[in-house]
Amino acid sequence: MNAIEVRDLVKDYGPFRAVKGISFEVREGEVFGLIGPNGAGKTTTLRVLATLLRVSSGSVHVFGKDLRKEPHEVRKIISYLPEDAGAYKNLTGREYLEFIARFFSTGKAADEMIRKGVEMASLEDRIDDRVDTYSKGMTRRLLVSRALMTDPKLTILDELTSGLDVINAQEIRRTVKDISERGTTVLLSSHNMLEVELMCDRIALINDGRIVELGTPSELKSKHGASNIEEVFTRVVTA
Amino acid sequence: MSSLTNIVRKEFRELLTKSTIIPVILMALMFGYLGSMMGGIEEDVTAPPVIGLVDMDDGLMSDIAFDTLNESAVIVYEGTDLNAGLEAVDGAGGAALIYLPSNFTSDILAGARGHVEVYWLMKGAGMLDSISSTAVEILLNSVSYSISAYLVDESSDTAPAVVLSPLERSETTIFHDMEMTGVSPDLLVSILSSQSFAVPFIIMMIIIMAGGMVISSMGMEKENKTLETLLTLPVSRSSIVSGKLLASALVGLVMAGIYMIGFNYYMTSLEMSAEVDLAQYGLDLGPADYILVGASVFVSLVAALSMCMVLGTYAKNYKSAQTLTMPISLLAIIPMFLTMFKDFSTLPTVLQVLLFAIPFSHPMMAMKELMFGNYAMVIGGIAYVAAFAAVMVAISVWIFNTDRLLTGSVKGAGLARFLPRLKSR
Repeated sequence: MNAIEVRDLVKDYGPFRAVKGISFEVREGEVFGLIGPNGAGKTTTLRVLATLLRVSSGSVHVFGKDLRKEPHEVRKIISYLPEDAGAYKNLTGREYLEFIARFFSTGKAADEMIRKGVEMASLEDRIDDRVDTYSKGMTRRLLVSRALMTDPKLTILDELTSGLDVINAQEIRRTVKDISERGTTVLLSSHNMLEVELMCDRIALINDGRIVELGTPSELKSKHGASNIEEVFTRVVTA
Repeated sequence: MSSLTNIVRKEFRELLTKSTIIPVILMALMFGYLGSMMGGIEEDVTAPPVIGLVDMDDGLMSDIAFDTLNESAVIVYEGTDLNAGLEAVDGAGGAALIYLPSNFTSDILAGARGHVEVYWLMKGAGMLDSISSTAVEILLNSVSYSISAYLVDESSDTAPAVVLSPLERSETTIFHDMEMTGVSPDLLVSILSSQSFAVPFIIMMIIIMAGGMVISSMGMEKENKTLETLLTLPVSRSSIVSGKLLASALVGLVMAGIYMIGFNYYMTSLEMSAEVDLAQYGLDLGPADYILVGASVFVSLVAALSMCMVLGTYAKNYKSAQTLTMPISLLAIIPMFLTMFKDFSTLPTVLQVLLFAIPFSHPMMAMKELMFGNYAMVIGGIAYVAAFAAVMVAISVWIFNTDRLLTGSVKGAGLARFLPRLKSR
């Protein structure tokens, strides 16, 4: 079974069409990257898949569940990390993880989920400090652990490491890679082409609301005679 | 353009928005209307009071009283039948019936004080409802003065104390078909002041503070970028809406309790000690009445909070959330002023409709209405506010199920949906 099946997806914001009939599949356990210039429709696509925005037309299935008919069922098996997400500033890191865990589980199972989240966040003693005292990197680590501690079947990560330093970015990539190796399907978007090349099994290049290229990094590089994905990106977008 | 002008222009554009101007205009209109209402009250004060006179004496002193009253009042009844007099005054919308007993003249001429019975026909228990009774008080003072003048002119042997104050008075106030002997309208208004003043004030405070919390909560969710995460969790939209409403309602009630304690001390220090126990006239609240008051407060709070939730969906951040509390504040302040100064029954029809339509008016009026047995008004109000709250909750849940919460309104969205329909025809 495919983790995601998108068919002729259209998303309109009033008179403006942001996504113009895209289709793609993401296989179970795969790390799939959506890349494209600003305003291409990446975030809109991710938000639709995360059940935040309604489908204007077309169909989306997540692990066989129809997104339009069963959004609540879809929410039980996914986690979504928006690009500029925040956490509740008046809570401590641990309290924030507890708050999220209680939506997915109760009792010992919830406690185990929180323990896992605390471990993934690697915030040491600072996990018991209020979120508003965290640096950007610490907040992002907390949010990534929040997104992954629930063992989602699919995790949707928008600009995973945007604005982070190299060390923090590497740690977060490693965490995501670990979870994907344990079977979680990952759909991510990024402007960092190196990150995409390093992490993704397959990539879809989206431009002006349409998918213009789709394949493995090596397939795309070979097709365009490029030495890296950044070159592929530049050639496709400026063509 | 200088740097200063550049900054001033930028600040103007940022500060002078529709959302800051509209509430101010509404506030100005409200004060304008209150001003015209006050003007109307001034006319009431200057207009001659409408009264009736039952003269069982028909003697010299009652003639003086009649002449004095006739100079400054519209006497709609003059006769000897108390009930007919009361009906006539009530029918003419008058303020009082003055009853002079048969021994009025003989008592005064014998050196005793003349007895006057005043039957007040009270229309409302608001602070401004006792204005007409004040005009009648002035009239009675004039009668007293005229009789004093006569006694002085005649160089009678009457004791100076009686000459200076030749009248003694007993009062009966008729309000909502209840006869309260020994109670003047002023005293009644004073005793009911906690219902007239404290209750509307506390309700207004609860609504503004709890409502502000809901709107701010939505603004904070957007500003802190936590809303998107919340909406992708496996929790129904109705649970999110209900959770936010319930938490704010509970905090609102706690705050109301704190306010009530403080305000109670404040009012106790201001109130005159009540000389009459209104419970003997049935003017008290039983357990069932308190349940109705509680229900009225609860549904109004839910209505206010769900209305705030709808407004909160428009908040882009914490700052814009603060501006969005203005309409709610206005809707809480308007009924507070109206119910403080006038009873629902004594308001013009337009204001009655406005007051009934504003859901926050009902708990402000509930206690007083229940005291006077107006159950239909209170129960009808609860039903209306509950329906209003249900509609608002439904709208909130609907908005939470749409893209609007995250994307805001898109210009032309409505037109874009409408045009294809037109083209297809």
